[in-house]
Amino acid sequence: MEFPAGLKYTKDHEWAKVDGNRVTVGITAFAVEQLGDITLVSLDVKVGDVLSVGKTFGTIESVKTLSDLYAPIDGKVVEVNQDLDGSPELVNEDPYGKAWMVVIEAADAAALAELMDDKSYGDHVKAAS
Amino acid sequence: MTEAAPRKTSLHARHVAAKGRMVPFAGWEMPIQYTGIVDEHQAVRTAAGLFDVSHMGELEMKGEHAAAVVDYLVTNDASKLVDGQAMYTACCNEQGTILDDLIVYRAAQDRWLIVCNASNHAKIAAHFEKAAKDHCDFADRSDETALIALQGPKAFDILDKAGADAAKLRDLPSFRFRDAVVGNVRCTVARTGYTGEDGVEIFCAWNDAPALWDQLMELGAPLGVKPAGLGARDTLRLEARLSLYGNDIDETTNPIEAGLGWVVKLDKAMFVGKDALAAIKAAPLARKLVGFEVEGRGIARHGYPLRDVDGNEVGVCTSGSPGPTVGKNIGLGYVPTAMATIGTKLLVDCRGKNIEAVVVKTPFYKRS
Repeated sequence: MEFPAGLKYTKDHEWAKVDGNRVTVGITAFAVEQLGDITLVSLDVKVGDVLSVGKTFGTIESVKTLSDLYAPIDGKVVEVNQDLDGSPELVNEDPYGKAWMVVIEAADAAALAELMDDKSYGDHVKAAS
Repeated sequence: MTEAAPRKTSLHARHVAAKGRMVPFAGWEMPIQYTGIVDEHQAVRTAAGLFDVSHMGELEMKGEHAAAVVDYLVTNDASKLVDGQAMYTACCNEQGTILDDLIVYRAAQDRWLIVCNASNHAKIAAHFEKAAKDHCDFADRSDETALIALQGPKAFDILDKAGADAAKLRDLPSFRFRDAVVGNVRCTVARTGYTGEDGVEIFCAWNDAPALWDQLMELGAPLGVKPAGLGARDTLRLEARLSLYGNDIDETTNPIEAGLGWVVKLDKAMFVGKDALAAIKAAPLARKLVGFEVEGRGIARHGYPLRDVDGNEVGVCTSGSPGPTVGKNIGLGYVPTAMATIGTKLLVDCRGKNIEAVVVKTPFYKRS
């Protein structure tokens, strides 16, 4: 299972990619494997909405279950991936690429330093499975 | 209360080797999926799937009065069965609500097999044992009996390759069963299932199940057989509108409102729940279990409230998921009888979002 280096990871199995103060958010390959076939992604935010850490910004559903999506950082939503509306299978196919979910303009991107890197996330997954 | 460690079927190592994801289910550790729920679902609809359902309970009733006792405990008419015939039935309490749904097999007038849900095993075993007392012999055969379901349009093509006797199972009519040899395993084969597809359910000795499983997997490989888990079992049965105990039916629901009136035979001999069910049938029904399709963006799930178009809560969703074959998000739920008509618009309260749905004819899927 791949956890790309350079991304930050949350214990809820999301990844965050930092580019200046722009933070792109998606879910990890481990989350995808646990969920199985993704059938619905509901991103319940729009550009301009303000999120705080731990606030849900949507849900992701597989055949069997539903999971909440949590903001990994405080900030303002600047982009929402509309492609996932009609093509939820992108999450299965390309979780770190085409299946990015939202871009948040972070109030303080440095706060992401507290999240896990690829190595500690790998350990976290091993402990969880 | 500490929970006992989940039990393992004799096929546990096979599931792990096939990368099955094992989850606790009704006191057992069972595979929810191997390659993926949709993939396994499609395999069963287009080729074949192999399910381990050894967690289910198998109860035996024997003796001169076994037939009468079994018939007294179930709502369907067991007295109409001939040797080698099985039937689906509800098993109710005196209030006419559902203790379990069962398949009852008549091996002989004095020898019966009852298959119950794993989640109800202890309750139903006690219920049958109590009724049997002083009238017939009761034995719980669950620990020594494995059960494998082979389901799908290629099921009998696979059995064709499993020996001369297995090849003749194609002639077994629906809801009939007989002893057979499949591969090199002695078993009892019933033409029943829980998927909406043709196929069989195969009982064998607990320790013979791995050999039977391996042979069916190997013989079936060129025909596309796949191991299938509880997840696919659920989507398959939902498309076929087969009830799931604990979801669609339980001790708060009666068979009439659940759409199982066809297994309640009020004209047969006395049975547990008869008076209550006669009264329920004589009065107008307050609510009915209906099938619906979700028209908006959302997936209905067990326990979600159902609302009328004005937003008033009118019922509850009992089962819901994407239907991989029907290509829609589907569900079952109880609604007031006035709203049970095909075409009635509903709202499914998906965690605070009201998503449009419409009552449709069931089953959602019927094999051609």
